[in-house]
Amino acid sequence: MALLSKKDAKLITDPLADNNPITIQVLGICSALAITAELNASLVMAVSVIFVLGVGNVVISLMRNIIPSKIRIIVQLIVVAALVIIVDLVLKAFAYELSKTLSVFIGLIITNCIIMGRFEAFALANGPWRAFLDGVGNALGYGIILIIVGFFRELLGSGTLFGIPVLGDPIAKTGLYAFGYENNGFMIMPPMALIVVGLIIWVQRSKNEALIEEN
Amino acid sequence: MEYLELFFKSIFIDNMVFSVFLGMCSYLAVSKKVSTAVGLGAAVIFVLAITVPLNWWIDQYLLQPGALVWLGPEYADYDLGFLSFIMFIATIATMVQLVEIVVEKFSPALYNSLGIFLPLIAVNCAILGGSLFMQSREIPTLGLALTYGVGSGIGWFLAIIAIAAIREKIRYSNVPPPLRGLGITFILTGLMAIGFMSFGGMLTGGEEESAATSIEKTEQAIQVDQNEEALDKEKELEENTTALNQ
Repeated sequence: MALLSKKDAKLITDPLADNNPITIQVLGICSALAITAELNASLVMAVSVIFVLGVGNVVISLMRNIIPSKIRIIVQLIVVAALVIIVDLVLKAFAYELSKTLSVFIGLIITNCIIMGRFEAFALANGPWRAFLDGVGNALGYGIILIIVGFFRELLGSGTLFGIPVLGDPIAKTGLYAFGYENNGFMIMPPMALIVVGLIIWVQRSKNEALIEEN
Repeated sequence: MEYLELFFKSIFIDNMVFSVFLGMCSYLAVSKKVSTAVGLGAAVIFVLAITVPLNWWIDQYLLQPGALVWLGPEYADYDLGFLSFIMFIATIATMVQLVEIVVEKFSPALYNSLGIFLPLIAVNCAILGGSLFMQSREIPTLGLALTYGVGSGIGWFLAIIAIAAIREKIRYSNVPPPLRGLGITFILTGLMAIGFMSFGGMLTGGEEESAATSIEKTEQAIQVDQNEEALDKEKELEENTTALNQ
């Protein structure tokens, strides 16, 4: 990590835990929860957001001195929309099935609050390299939560990971199912995503008491 | 009937917050007080009612495969579908700005109550989500698009008011410290979403059912819901008082 000074490295590591965009800053929940029923979809969503936020932050940071501040929201939206169209077309070309599963949620990356939030808070005030690190760091923090939620929901809900059965076959009653284990179909339902995120917040805040909010 | 069905479906079954998690950011951030929640909710209904029909029109006459045929037969092969994200978000951003200016000019009172929320709304996922779902569900007419927009707006409005009311109450409860604030709000929303799942069977009944019965049903459902909420509140109060007595 000779490339990164200590200050720069902090830009990446901070959002992973103590300043996580989802659990601490409460940004970008919109498009995050609906697609976490499968690990595959969560991973693709995470990678897409890393791409959009990393590149978008660099673009905005390069243009920061020429964007008139009155119309900056529209400029930001256009930049994100262009990047999201690229992601959407790539997915449609190389992973058509997955792009059907994600449906409108790829489009909703445009209004993902993390992206606008980072543009406003960081890219408009910093140089391209630091903006890039900040973007990747925040998108990684977002991705980690998505993957944790996706992992538990897919494992407990359908007994698979990435679509591969890991707990045995529920019909032939092998593996864990031989002992009477059943899949919890409720985990695949949308409301459980919220509850799983709530539990993650609970775990995180009981480990780090400085994060506890006042009532 | 078709209109009514879509209307109730978009309020209860496909509720923006509880079934597709759209607009969660502002939902979580602005739900600390009922009064501000009402303002934001009203602004969302307003903007959805304008942008969904507008984007429906753009989708029909510009973006769909073959939509440009009104320009002349040689344009029949064009498919501008890949531009929909950029067109929709640009429409939304400009409309929000326009609405803000118009409202400020003609109705200062409304501007005072809605005004501060309007800029927030341009980046609310519920608004873009409304247009994108309108496109992917292939809503056939302008009237239905308007119904869908208003219905989803009302659904979002209900959701944010309900959570704001609960959060005002929960301030007096003894929540475990790590869950305070954000954590408990997530879990509450999850529980409310489970409640809303019970609306799922509402419109799957007989197709020939008259409009009147379906209204009756929903009214009943709403009443039941309100009763439940009242019961919950009573219970909460009771718990509080026992806690105090102890």
